[in-house]
Amino acid sequence: MAGKAESQGNLYWLLSLLPAAAVIWLFLQISDVAQGKFPTLKLEWVPDLNTSLSFQIDGLSMLMSLLVLGIGALILVYASGYMDGHKKIGRFFAILIFFMLAMLGVVTANNIVLLFVFWELTSISSYLLIGFDHESPKSQKSAQQALFVTGSGGLCLLAGLILLGNMAGSWELSEILQNGEAIQASGLFPMASFLIILGAFTKSAQFPFHFWLPNAMAAPTPVSAYLHSATMVKAGVYILARFNPVLGDSLGWTWTLIIIGGFTAMLGGWMAWQQPDMKKIMAYTTISALGILVFLLGVGGKIATEAAILFLLVHSLYKGALFMIAGTVDHEAHTRDVNQLGRLGRLMPITFAAVIAATLSMAGIPPLLGFTGKELIYEATVESSLGATWLTVAAFVMNFFNVAAAGIILYRPFIEAPSDDFDSSHVHEGPWKLWLGPVVLGITAILSWIFIGGNFFSIEIFSPAVSAVYGKVVEIKLYALPPVFNIIPMLSILTIIAGFAFAFYHQKILSASKSLTGRVGNFGPEAGYFVFLDGMLELTRDFALTMQNGYLRRYLVYVFGTLLTLVLLPFILYGDWSHIQLVVQESPRINEVIISGIIVSAAFWVMKFTGRLSAIAALGVVGYGIALLFLYFDAPDLAMTQFSIETLTVIIFVLVLYRLPQYKTRTSSLGRYRDAVVAGFVGVVMFGLVLFVTSVPYSTHISEYYAASSYPLAKGRNIVNVILVDFRGIDTMVEISVLAVAGIGVLALLTKIPSKLDDQTLMSRSLIFRTASRYLVPIILLFSVFTLLRGHNDPGGGFIGGLLASSSFVLYIFAYSVEEAQDLLRVKPISLIGLGLVIAVGSALFAPVMGLGPFMKGIWGSYAIPAIGKLGTPLFFDIGVMLVVVGVVLTIIFALADEDENLHQPDGGSA
Amino acid sequence: MNILLATVIGFLYASGVYLMLRRSIVKLILGIGLLGNATNLLLFTIGDVARSTPPIIHEGEEALVGAYANPIPQALILTAIVIGMAMLAYAVVLIKQAYQITDSDDIDVMRTTDIETLAEDQSE
Repeated sequence: MAGKAESQGNLYWLLSLLPAAAVIWLFLQISDVAQGKFPTLKLEWVPDLNTSLSFQIDGLSMLMSLLVLGIGALILVYASGYMDGHKKIGRFFAILIFFMLAMLGVVTANNIVLLFVFWELTSISSYLLIGFDHESPKSQKSAQQALFVTGSGGLCLLAGLILLGNMAGSWELSEILQNGEAIQASGLFPMASFLIILGAFTKSAQFPFHFWLPNAMAAPTPVSAYLHSATMVKAGVYILARFNPVLGDSLGWTWTLIIIGGFTAMLGGWMAWQQPDMKKIMAYTTISALGILVFLLGVGGKIATEAAILFLLVHSLYKGALFMIAGTVDHEAHTRDVNQLGRLGRLMPITFAAVIAATLSMAGIPPLLGFTGKELIYEATVESSLGATWLTVAAFVMNFFNVAAAGIILYRPFIEAPSDDFDSSHVHEGPWKLWLGPVVLGITAILSWIFIGGNFFSIEIFSPAVSAVYGKVVEIKLYALPPVFNIIPMLSILTIIAGFAFAFYHQKILSASKSLTGRVGNFGPEAGYFVFLDGMLELTRDFALTMQNGYLRRYLVYVFGTLLTLVLLPFILYGDWSHIQLVVQESPRINEVIISGIIVSAAFWVMKFTGRLSAIAALGVVGYGIALLFLYFDAPDLAMTQFSIETLTVIIFVLVLYRLPQYKTRTSSLGRYRDAVVAGFVGVVMFGLVLFVTSVPYSTHISEYYAASSYPLAKGRNIVNVILVDFRGIDTMVEISVLAVAGIGVLALLTKIPSKLDDQTLMSRSLIFRTASRYLVPIILLFSVFTLLRGHNDPGGGFIGGLLASSSFVLYIFAYSVEEAQDLLRVKPISLIGLGLVIAVGSALFAPVMGLGPFMKGIWGSYAIPAIGKLGTPLFFDIGVMLVVVGVVLTIIFALADEDENLHQPDGGSA
Repeated sequence: MNILLATVIGFLYASGVYLMLRRSIVKLILGIGLLGNATNLLLFTIGDVARSTPPIIHEGEEALVGAYANPIPQALILTAIVIGMAMLAYAVVLIKQAYQITDSDDIDVMRTTDIETLAEDQSE
């Protein structure tokens, strides 16, 4: 965590010059802001989503920016001392400055989306800083918790802001604030208020979301001082203050803030004195202070607003200082336990002076700034019309705990005698980097009574900030000492006496109450958080185990179920069933009906057959039937492709599937009925889908384009082929690449895995078959070239030609052997794949390389060669396609058939 | 005639899905084959089927005239058929290798990649 005292050499503290310079710039703008001339900056970001990079500095933004940058500058100096020697100090500063900018964005953003973005960025930087010591499970857990709580709140805030933006008709903050009437008239007003309050409460650690803040103390102390007391946790209060002019006038707002804020303030105070750890005491008093701020904003009115703004400022100053001091004590004495520490005042005199100033300000001793703050709190409650007595009693309790905590921090570690086992010999004053921040903040608290009566603070800084929250321009004179001695100063004095007395007897009270308070932490909202978290984890685990159970059939049922739902829902909800026609255009002819019947019954037999060969044969019948349908409906290219493919498929199936064991009945008849119902349902929906789609008139403009441009643009008469090699040539190139991948994949799978196939062979060779194939093979090969060449103008092309050429080799395998077929081919089929791809890509590159047009543009020669026709790049592309197809098919077939022969004919001879 | 093709497509889908739900890996592959055929026919059918002429420009003319079959689904399906075959071939080889390793054609045995779990399953 902390470095060694010897190495104080790092220069990271110089980074504080940046915020310091910004503070000076802000000071130069103060008088403009006080006169209502707000500096603005607006850049377009996403205009369509009403989102702009829009910034504005009004009175409230000015005060908050000064706090963020001023304390930020001191924190950077402090952190450079505190983190000295830490190996990740650079990362630490990066995140800290990232946070500083994000927080500055929150308090100056003038667009609500931008505001939300910065808000989330502060949550994220807080997460990173709490989890800075990321190897410690405690830090991980705390960081995660803070992110969950503030992140969920952030979502609520976003929803609230969007509602607000819609109600106001603008997403610019300054415009929303002027549209209060439109917003209050809207029916969504309570919802928007509620969501914004939720967002603010999570960020500002209000009950029941307060539990993340004490855990956030796992972060290094500079972070606790800066984010988790002085600035970030004030962002929620800032949001409430910011929207107070438009949302603050409702009873719901008032009483939610008073009750929750008041309860949080008292709860925080009650928890604070029970902590032995200085940082934890401060964490709970921070919760308490945030509660007081929310409470005051709920009370509303001019004085309560003044009290809230002043207390916000005062709290940031003294709490920032005290956190830094706690870190210094930890750094020097290696403990923060108030029960152990003692008499540090003598050992650390400079720090002690800062502690005195800060704790006295926290306790509200006149004439320090804290006193004025406390006075205003009492004044606000005493003069409130909402029930002065109860509010004042509540304020007394909150203030009492605050004073008590201040007394504990001052008295127990610094004045009281230490415990016996505390070794103070090594404790000494920290380096300047560690005491500079607390001293500057302490001086600010002491000196404040000098300038508090002057105009600069009251009129130029304080009044504009109050005006922004109050919604009307007000001018306030603050006083350092009470002008009249009435009940209010008496309440202050009473609070101080009671609080200090409590601090004096703290050790005794603490030991007496141990048994009573020991288990408080086990109850309350944090327990609920863990129940929720564990429940979510369990739920997701169960869900994953149910969905991903390893049974393919269940996955298929999920997939088809989702598909059917997505297809069916729109039909049921929006479908117009009346236009469905059962017979579009013409009625079926008898040959079509017969072929359809054959397909359907073949498909049925694929399911029904118990022999694998017959099932494969039935599958082949389905494919040939579909090829015939293609032929009937004027798709000769498809028919040719389908015929060749079906043949090859059957051969591949036979080569492999026949080696697998016989079918077994594995599913119960009930299971089979269930599957049949699922399958039938899929079938019926697809049936309906086809009817539905075909009943809608088909839009023909694309096919008309191809029909008209095919010949003039691409010099081809067979439009299907022209689309493949020219118009959509790049698609085809990708598709043959997929083919190549499949072929290589098969080859890879079939290498070097010992086979356990049973001893059967398919190869039976008759003399007639051999002789016939000797003549057939060259004829088929010639025909395949012919098919390729005519493809541009007549049915044919690279795909079909390739399939035909492959089948001639397959025939040869069956007639002779794989080896002889391989000899016949002379080259390895996989090199054909490569050659084909090279030719295809080369033909596509021809035009750009020669400067004749873009990639894939077809270039045709001007002279026709007899029997071939004109040469052109699309023809070469098609040759490439053909070679890839031949290569892939033969790679697969050779590999399968080769394995078959080698295994089952060890002598290598033929039958 | 759309009702005729719709019936064929619906039945092919149903039988394809039914086969894919079997535990035998052979039936799974046959089911995929049927499903592929069904899908090609589906694309063909919803792309405006009519008895007219093939989409081929006659000699001596510059453009298609009169009624012609829609060339776009044909171009799409042509590559789909070839790629479907390549995928089936790959799947077939894959299950063959799976069978050699697991010594079973039961998909339920193949539900884990963990060899030890597999051994436990088989010893049961």
